[in-house]
Amino acid sequence: MTTPTVADTWTARVADRIAHLVPPGQALPDRQPAYVASWIYVFGVTTLAGLAVVLVTGSVLAVGGATWWHVSSFGHFVNSAHLWSTEVFMGSMVIHLWGKFWMAAWRGNRALTWITGVLAFVASIGAAFTGYLSQTNLDSQWISTQAKDGLNSIGVGAYFNVLNPGQMLMWHIVLMPFFIGVITVMHIVLVRRHGVVPPIDAEEGVR
Amino acid sequence: MKTRTPDSHDFPTRRYDLVKEFVIALAVISLLTVGLAAVFSSPDEKAITMAGWAKAAPNDVVATAASELAGTSGSATYGPPYNHNGPGQMMLGVPMQRWGGVRVPVDSAGLVLDPLRGATSDQAARTALTAWSAATPAQQTAWATAYGDALAKVPDGDPAKVAAGDYGPVPALTSAFLALASSGGLEGTLTASGTFYGIDATRSLLLLSDGAYLEDNARASNLGGDQWGMMNEFGNYPGQPWMWLYTFWYQVKPFSTSDNADALVWGLMALLTLGLMFLPFLPGLRSIPRWIPVHRLIWRRTVTHVKPVP
Repeated sequence: MTTPTVADTWTARVADRIAHLVPPGQALPDRQPAYVASWIYVFGVTTLAGLAVVLVTGSVLAVGGATWWHVSSFGHFVNSAHLWSTEVFMGSMVIHLWGKFWMAAWRGNRALTWITGVLAFVASIGAAFTGYLSQTNLDSQWISTQAKDGLNSIGVGAYFNVLNPGQMLMWHIVLMPFFIGVITVMHIVLVRRHGVVPPIDAEEGVR
Repeated sequence: MKTRTPDSHDFPTRRYDLVKEFVIALAVISLLTVGLAAVFSSPDEKAITMAGWAKAAPNDVVATAASELAGTSGSATYGPPYNHNGPGQMMLGVPMQRWGGVRVPVDSAGLVLDPLRGATSDQAARTALTAWSAATPAQQTAWATAYGDALAKVPDGDPAKVAAGDYGPVPALTSAFLALASSGGLEGTLTASGTFYGIDATRSLLLLSDGAYLEDNARASNLGGDQWGMMNEFGNYPGQPWMWLYTFWYQVKPFSTSDNADALVWGLMALLTLGLMFLPFLPGLRSIPRWIPVHRLIWRRTVTHVKPVP
């Protein structure tokens, strides 16, 4: 009987895989390429910061429950912070997206980085939308009864019922944040793996 | 000539404190959020209650109840996922709405009759329910349709002004339904759906949207579908501006005049989203940033990489 080497264990393979997700020293480097010198780069970080504030304010709302903010002035304030952090988060992400478009940031084997970014954007729209459906007020009544027609028209409404606030709240506070969290981690790992895309004018011809 | 993107790690570097940048960003965004919340607050228009609807627009409640009984309301003729009474929308001939199936079954007449059966102790209403149940479906439809038509002919749909006719028990049923709605007991019977916990509002929202009151409220706040309402919210708040493109299509032909507008808009948005996602692989579109050199506003200085591209 042969004794398995350390490298043969599942744990060792996963550990090796994680260790090589990004080049050595690039997980959290304290230096960046010299061309990373524009305000546009800030919006990736402000998007992350916005997401953090969205999660924190949403978590405080979760402590009080789905309808707490209707009857508590502090709850209403937290809801306001949740709303405005969402606006800032989405605004930052849109600017980040446009910036990356004009940089053609998918160059140099970065297509998956771009795709995960778009997925995060689409998922964030879904998360915000389910938030509007979970407010238990007139906005929820109107938006849900309007939105049902679009989702029903493509058969999705049979499974994703926007008129059921119980289902929408679960999507809003569990499924969407989980997906956005996972896709955001993937996006950041890919950014660190490939580094910040070099300038278009730095490209060189190849035979 | 083909080009190759050099490795980002082959360029000269400069100090860049990512953690400090994130902490500062977090502090700024937190302060900005708190400031915006303190100054602008957030909208919280109270939900319309059935009692509120009955008080503000009693004739609308009666007309809606008659349409549910007649099978002519929006939900009664909707099709999937609520019933089989409509074909559903098609996307370029593909019946995707029908493919979804009837997975959220809703009997529109039941929106009126179930609460009455479960809640009313009024003898006249019980007699009307018995008469309704004893009639054939064709007779039920004829009574309710005739009453609905009669309501539509009188000013403001006032039931008191309806001409005499063969309406069977329908006026008594709709009157009892209005009384039940006014009492505040309607939401519970519709939302609970036989369970203790009422967290599914499908039936009550369908009933509410079958009436005109909800839409009248929304249109008064410029939230109609043809008023870019999908992306806005009550009051002067930004709403969901990131949904502008989705909402835009509803404002223009052929979508604004199509019976299949929802399916077509969703199909188009799915196509555009896939296009955005796979932009790196789309010849022409992926070259736009090279043709329109906005990137020179970002990368103002020429930076040469250290290692030559092989």
